[in-house]
Amino acid sequence: MKIAVCVKQVPDATVHKKIDPQTKRLDRSGEAALNATDLNAVEEALRVKEAQGGEVVLVSLGPERAVDSLRKALAMGADRAVLVADEGAAGSDLLATSRALASALERESADLVLFGQASSDGDGAVLWAAVAERLRLPVISQVATLTVDAGSVTGKRQTEHGYDLISAPLPAVVAVSDAINEPRYPSLKGIMGAKTKPQETLALGDLGIAADDSGEAGSRTTVLELGPPPSRGDSIKIEDDGSAAQKILDYVLERRLL
Amino acid sequence: MILVYLEHHAGELEKGGLGVLSKAASLGEAAGVVLGPGAREVAARAGAFGASKAYALEDEALAAPLPQPRVDALAALVAETGADTVLFAASVLAADVAAGLAARLEAGLNWDLTDLELRDGELLGKRPALGDTVLVDVGWKGTPRIGLVRSGALDPVEADGTADVEDFAASFSDFSTLATLVEQTQEESSGPSIEEADVIVAGGRGLGTPEAFSLLEELASALGGAVAATRAVVDSGWYPYATQVGQTGTTVSPRLYVACGISGAIQHKVGMQGSGTIVAINKDPNAPIFDFCDLGVVGDLHQIVPKLTELVRAHRGS
Repeated sequence: MKIAVCVKQVPDATVHKKIDPQTKRLDRSGEAALNATDLNAVEEALRVKEAQGGEVVLVSLGPERAVDSLRKALAMGADRAVLVADEGAAGSDLLATSRALASALERESADLVLFGQASSDGDGAVLWAAVAERLRLPVISQVATLTVDAGSVTGKRQTEHGYDLISAPLPAVVAVSDAINEPRYPSLKGIMGAKTKPQETLALGDLGIAADDSGEAGSRTTVLELGPPPSRGDSIKIEDDGSAAQKILDYVLERRLL
Repeated sequence: MILVYLEHHAGELEKGGLGVLSKAASLGEAAGVVLGPGAREVAARAGAFGASKAYALEDEALAAPLPQPRVDALAALVAETGADTVLFAASVLAADVAAGLAARLEAGLNWDLTDLELRDGELLGKRPALGDTVLVDVGWKGTPRIGLVRSGALDPVEADGTADVEDFAASFSDFSTLATLVEQTQEESSGPSIEEADVIVAGGRGLGTPEAFSLLEELASALGGAVAATRAVVDSGWYPYATQVGQTGTTVSPRLYVACGISGAIQHKVGMQGSGTIVAINKDPNAPIFDFCDLGVVGDLHQIVPKLTELVRAHRGS
């Protein structure tokens, strides 16, 4: 079984994220990390591989330095990584991103393509459906329990009205929820081994994607203006020094909420 | 013309789609689209929310809540009507339909919109981004435009009006019908509803164990409130589905919401941001919930919650 896991490098959770007012794009210059919920997809891929044998390939789109983040998933146990890194891809919207990602995935023809729940920066939680459409494969999203056998995949997912159990023949695209598993920590051996695992960096040209079909030129959405968010008013943040419970009570009483 | 995708459940059009329809009708000519068995009958209701027309397709291939046959149906309708915009209210299903349609039509998709407006005759969307720390105006290049509106962001406005229901046809792609619904479990809520509670004490992954919910139950009982949970812990089987707050759950607006060990993912936020006062306790100082609470406490809920329960009891006893 060949499993491709789509992962993304995002600004580290400790970084105060901001948008560059000039390019109107996310400032990606600070500390970066692998998107947290992508780790659930990596973990699920490793479990399928452990049960059935096969290969786990990471597929990512991002700047060249994203290889640092990919290394963490390689340390968890993924076998190799493919990174599409091309200046021309910067500023890609869903349409352009799904085009490049689908091309990279087509090259791999995996039996199963996995996605995590959402990226912490774009937060669209829709990319898999666009990629599945381009690959002409069935898609199941928000999967909280996954069963994979030789020819099919079955996922249980939560909806607004309860739970749906959905099945599809392989090859298929599946997006998992963060409730599906607890991602493992890389072992020391895994971390050492990750350095020598195959990593391939591709340009858009390698995928046969024209410059017009990528980046801002290949996008059909625009960011026009940035403004301040609707405010909730002043908020207070305190650190517990043993008196937090009393402070919460005082706060609540002051506002006559009891 | 703006097409608004309307979901229906148990013979009723869903509120989210109707909110988007009311907004769309205020911006121009809007029509509703209802898919699946029973579509024709419920589609007529769209007229009361501003639709000049409602399109219905009652194919069995659209019976299960699966996205890909819906992409086929909507793509056919866009081709037939020449609609320049297709709008959706976000749901588990609608998000996948919108993204699939965008790829099919090579159309721009803007998501998580909280509002839409016309500026110099051009449609633009309002989208809070980066944990709602910035509000972005987003636009589309060319048509059709596709927009996914944040759950609960727009309220339905009922007006006088009727919509003629028109049937349309679509053929389904070979790959669109490969996924099948095996089983569906409906979850009906029981017991005291979190929707009506004045005070809610909610727990997330940060509780560490399902047993820790007892701490929240005691605090809720002292405060005279109800206990709620995040999707993550409900999906993990820690607490019942009926108590789930969020996009796939209940939207609540109590006077006081105490979030314990909840990171504040967007899925949860949309279900509780209308609360009067939000108090958050989380040991991770970078948790997004600290960006939209009124009082944020960085600390261990396992220490703070029992102490708070004691203090509330003492106060109430006095």
